[in-house]
Amino acid sequence: MTQGKDWPLWEVFVRSAHGLAHKHVGSVHATDAAMALENARDVYTRRNEGTSLWVVRSTDIVASDPAQKGPLFEPARNKIYRHPTFYELPDAVKHM
Amino acid sequence: MYAQMVDTGVARVRSADELEGEEAGFQRGIDALEKVEATDWMPEAYRKTMIRQISQHAHSEIVGMLPEGNWITRAPSLKRKVTLLAKVQDEAGHGLYLYCAAETLDVSRDTLLEALHSGAAKYSSIFNYPTLTWADIGVIGWLVDGAAIINQIPLCRCSYGPYARAMVRICKEESFHQRQGFDIMLTLCQGSPAQKAMAQDALNRWWWPTVMMFGPPDAESVHSAQSMAWRIKLQSNDALRQKFIDQTVPQAALLGLTIPDPALTLDPETGHYRIGPVDWAEFYRVIKGDGPCNRERLAARVAAWEDGAWVREAAAAHAEKQAARRKECAA
Repeated sequence: MTQGKDWPLWEVFVRSAHGLAHKHVGSVHATDAAMALENARDVYTRRNEGTSLWVVRSTDIVASDPAQKGPLFEPARNKIYRHPTFYELPDAVKHM
Repeated sequence: MYAQMVDTGVARVRSADELEGEEAGFQRGIDALEKVEATDWMPEAYRKTMIRQISQHAHSEIVGMLPEGNWITRAPSLKRKVTLLAKVQDEAGHGLYLYCAAETLDVSRDTLLEALHSGAAKYSSIFNYPTLTWADIGVIGWLVDGAAIINQIPLCRCSYGPYARAMVRICKEESFHQRQGFDIMLTLCQGSPAQKAMAQDALNRWWWPTVMMFGPPDAESVHSAQSMAWRIKLQSNDALRQKFIDQTVPQAALLGLTIPDPALTLDPETGHYRIGPVDWAEFYRVIKGDGPCNRERLAARVAAWEDGAWVREAAAAHAEKQAARRKECAA
């Protein structure tokens, strides 16, 4: 049987509405970028899910190492003063 | 269900004390309802089971297009035809979401398809039954997709992230499938006596195969315990089946149809419907490849793959030519 072994994998990102960011929705196989866009349209936006599509070769994505997630995100973890809830407001201040 | 009797390759579930090192940490994460992602460490048995389960599910979506595709050119109206086309296209989409989820586990699409085409991989027993009349398209949407929804909603919370996310998308779309099926049934049941008889005949033929979709009874379900410990199965076969029966019996009454089970009774104490004995020998026969349409379905899939070979080759040749041309222009 003929194989499709040469068809690379592309990651698909959809922007659902103007103003929102593109969001990863899945992947498709395609021989080139134009086909990847067409396939992504057919597979991931059959119900008006998008106003814009991005496709990126899966091999071009650089990801952080999941085993290193502890140390990688540690610098942000103990800085609770970066959140508004760290600051107590007097009851008299209703909205801020 | 769409994945039935998934082999975990595990003879006995080990308790938390028996697990060591990375495997103990992995199980702790699952118990804490954390999602497993593709690049995380996972036990080899979990990875293999997940590939089997997701690919079986994907194969079911793809093979599931065949019984319905049979009726696209014979749909009774343009409205029914566009609906059925959209539904069958959705099934293809569901298959593709799921193949992508399986591929995150380091298995190629071609390997998965080879396993389907050679008969090594299973797909749901339900798609080995024939669609003899238009009413079968109604029953498939109403019952088969109805059963699929009951099975798939808990899977949106399963431990493997890519599978859970694919399930969320699928569940959103299944709801349309079930409603369009019920709509067909409703129309037939409000039609002529011949149309109503056609609806009843379809229910008679599909009821028991649908009840069997949930898989063997819990007592015979050998791999369930490990799948539940890994949270890739969240409710037992019998629990899901009961939910389906309790939901469907009143709907059949509303349609004015009779469930083909003389032993069916409502247990007033529990509020659950109790069904008569299921012919599990038939289920195992179909699973092992000896159902009414197993050979026909597989042959249709292999023919589609082989007939499409020239399209795949042409697309690859085109991409190659374009890449060479770009290189020439750049030089």
